[in-house]
Amino acid sequence: MSYSDWLIQLAQTALVLGTAPLLSGVTRKIRARLLRRQGASVLQPYRDLLKLIRKEAVVAGNASWLFRAAPYLIFATTWVAAALVPTFASGLPLGAVADIIVIVALLGTARFLLALAGLDVGTSFGGLGSSREMLFASLAEPAMLMAVFTLSLFAGSTQLSSISAYMLGPGAGVNISLALALVALIIVSIGENARIPVDNPATHLELTMIHEAMILEYSGRHLAVLEAAAAVKLLLYLSLIACVFTPWGTAVAGAGALAYAAGLLAWAVKLALLAFLLVLFETAIAKMRVFRVPEFLGIALMLGLLGTILLFVSKVSR
Amino acid sequence: MSQLAASGVGLLLALSVLGIFAARRALGTRLVYAACAAVCAALAGVALLGLLAPGAGLESVEIPVGLPLGRTVLGLDPLSAAFAVIVNLAAAIVSGYAIGYGAHAREPLRVVPFYPAFIAGMNLVLLAQDAFSFLVGWELMSLASWALVLSEHRAAENRHAALVYLIMASGGALTLLLAFGLLAGPHGGYSFEAIRRVSSAGVGPIVLLLALLGAGSKAGLVPLHAWLPLAHPAAPSHVSALMSAVMTKVAVYGFVRLVFDLAGPPAWWWSVPVLLIAAVTALLGVLYALMEHDLKRLLAYHTVENIGIIFIGLGLALAFEASGMRAAAALAFAAAIFHVFNHSLFKSLLFMGSGAVLNATGERDMEHLGGLIKAMPVTAVAFLAGCIAISALPPFNGFVSEWLTFQAILLSPQLPQWVARLLVPAVGATLACSAALAAACFVKAFGMSFLGRPRTKAASAAAETDRFSQIAMLLLALLCLLAGILPGFVLDSLGAVTQLAVGERLAPQSAQAWMRIVPVDIHRSAYSGLFVFVMILLAAAATAFVVRRVASHALRRSPAWDCGFPDASPATQYTAGSFAQPIRRVFGSVVFRAREAVAMPKPGDTAVARLQVELHDTVWDALYAPIIRLVAATAERLNRMQFLTIRNYLTLVFAALVALLIIVGTWR
Repeated sequence: MSYSDWLIQLAQTALVLGTAPLLSGVTRKIRARLLRRQGASVLQPYRDLLKLIRKEAVVAGNASWLFRAAPYLIFATTWVAAALVPTFASGLPLGAVADIIVIVALLGTARFLLALAGLDVGTSFGGLGSSREMLFASLAEPAMLMAVFTLSLFAGSTQLSSISAYMLGPGAGVNISLALALVALIIVSIGENARIPVDNPATHLELTMIHEAMILEYSGRHLAVLEAAAAVKLLLYLSLIACVFTPWGTAVAGAGALAYAAGLLAWAVKLALLAFLLVLFETAIAKMRVFRVPEFLGIALMLGLLGTILLFVSKVSR
Repeated sequence: MSQLAASGVGLLLALSVLGIFAARRALGTRLVYAACAAVCAALAGVALLGLLAPGAGLESVEIPVGLPLGRTVLGLDPLSAAFAVIVNLAAAIVSGYAIGYGAHAREPLRVVPFYPAFIAGMNLVLLAQDAFSFLVGWELMSLASWALVLSEHRAAENRHAALVYLIMASGGALTLLLAFGLLAGPHGGYSFEAIRRVSSAGVGPIVLLLALLGAGSKAGLVPLHAWLPLAHPAAPSHVSALMSAVMTKVAVYGFVRLVFDLAGPPAWWWSVPVLLIAAVTALLGVLYALMEHDLKRLLAYHTVENIGIIFIGLGLALAFEASGMRAAAALAFAAAIFHVFNHSLFKSLLFMGSGAVLNATGERDMEHLGGLIKAMPVTAVAFLAGCIAISALPPFNGFVSEWLTFQAILLSPQLPQWVARLLVPAVGATLACSAALAAACFVKAFGMSFLGRPRTKAASAAAETDRFSQIAMLLLALLCLLAGILPGFVLDSLGAVTQLAVGERLAPQSAQAWMRIVPVDIHRSAYSGLFVFVMILLAAAATAFVVRRVASHALRRSPAWDCGFPDASPATQYTAGSFAQPIRRVFGSVVFRAREAVAMPKPGDTAVARLQVELHDTVWDALYAPIIRLVAATAERLNRMQFLTIRNYLTLVFAALVALLIIVGTWR
């Protein structure tokens, strides 16, 4: 591993953090335009974060140390997970120490802490959010792992760089298992990022809310850190889908500056496209009842499992 | 080495006798536990030396007591050494905890003498190199733990638990006896060496079945798990920790010894029942745990899930070994043993934590707890570490063994049998599902007990537990973290074990950069817990630093917001029941035939509305209840035989004699 590789890794780590609010700003803008509204500027999330960070933090009287420490830990685990996903260049040094299963598990750690933070103050809304989040996770996480298994079986590796390289190579083609894994991954992304039809990121005070219910007691800098973590998570999922299913244009480690620039451009285009598709789907569909969501996520699990079993039986994997 | 280990067992037995006299005083109780801790620590050290020094621990001790045909042989081979490290490490720390915790026992004479005997029994099972001493150790372990389960005998539920446990334990021992009898063959060589020499072709499948029944019932494989959630919580908490975290591991050892070592080369289809039972066990165990509101019973049910995960690894190892994929078999087997180690750490930790909570509040029911993180900060930190570890989340140790199991699953498309190829991905999905449900389960366990507002007076009056217990819990939490970030050392020390069990070892790991583990190939997969841990710490520190520099420092304490409708009563919090309700509705309607009914009063009626939940233990209803009915009915019938006249008895004896003679006659 050369220094330049580490520099690129560092750049990506900073990049996911810097662009995550922009991505959520873009999704909100697209959504507003699709709803025939003007919408706030795409830079609004940055302003929100800045505003929140400057405000005083109001903490419930009986909150414990966990309540105050959790935002930083949640943000850190999400950020580390996001740094493991190749964005504009693959073959990163971090790929050799943590694979895609680790990414799923790191998101699990963040979710675990968030659910605990929701229970800390002892309000009914916090418990409601935590309980539902863990229910959905109990289906979404295995669904994601099954999709990951499908990809790993194709590539003969659980490292994202290898999977991405395999997808670019001649071995990959249109395959039913891949399609199933893609659908499963998209459903999981929708569920895990609290998007419609699973959850509504734009509402408070709605009985079906999940993510917002868990962070209801947060304010000020703690809320800012949690909002940033949510934005990074959305970026992570979209980057992951882009990196695996549309690997074209991604620079390989050690390529020149031009390749990196091209990779950056390709990544931005892919992300914008995915964000558009996500919002299009969101605006076209209505919010589900809570007990419909397990069925929705169960579909993802079944598709993922089906994809894996097809691969196991057809033995095309390595 | 073996002499040292054998004398350790002798010391423990002597402590057991000493305990009868020592238990009369609190100081004596403490001294016995301290001595147990010292002996176990020494035994763990000896076993570790035997495991790491190649060839050092292979000699055995013969004791001229035993069956007429042979002597008792004790010794440490790598397999027993590895399990002896695991068992004694946990037992040493649990004994250290007991120095503080055990002083609270109401009737110490019912606990202290049996406790060293229990540990001695487990060690004897591990040291045994012949069937006779194995079974003696097994029975000593069962009976001592039975006595411990019965130590608080005034509660009717504990007596019931002890009865169920005794029946299951006797049944299990009987099947093991049969298994050894089959393996020894007609010539009756009961030492393991003799059994290995005899070709055991043909009896292998029956031995597998018997091992699944015998060792499986002790370990808690579904459907033989029924005694476990009854008996483990009934004992005092340090004994619960040993039973749940350590004794189940001795059962796993029994299974491994019988199936991997003694039963000869496996056939591929042996893996099918093992994998099926293991997957069902993992999923059902965690679902049962989720439905449970009693903290200690939740932990006991969760042991069932972990046993399932361990047996998934073992089943994969069988499949790989039978198909000649030795490297993959070594990976799956190492993953299973790694999980054995991990589970012994975090389950002891969690049971100790629940014991501390029980001591501080007198409550095991999570619906009566809450807010303990403030009153018991040290216990809370240790318990949280255990919860994260058992939920298989990085950077703690539970994740590493699960990651290794997933890597083994990803190697299985190369298996030649299509049945295995169909089964393994489904097992993988079950494993993933149960891991995610485990996280939900421990959010509930920690959240309801330690977070929120105290739900009862007892919970709000709780105080931190004693120093010994705190140190023991923190030590285990540290070990959980260390095993998670330095897994390479654990894997390397398992090399000789996998060599013995499946004839291959993993490549050395501890020389890898960043302490990462590379189970197969660097281009296939790698994981460095250390790196991930450092990254998380750095990222969190950087974030906190930046926020500190940029953000407002103002912090105001105020009443909870709760969307503008805060309710002062702690009863309005989410409870353990309400937390699990969505999961019960989604998974439980099939598994537990869960039914909910809301009884609403008529309009204008001021009676309270009631939500009634009905849950069925499907396994108990389908398997145990009919057997119990049958036994009860038969006993009712046979009861008449107790009130016969002497003539009738003589007739009966004569009839029995004739019948036996006829049988013997026709047999020839």
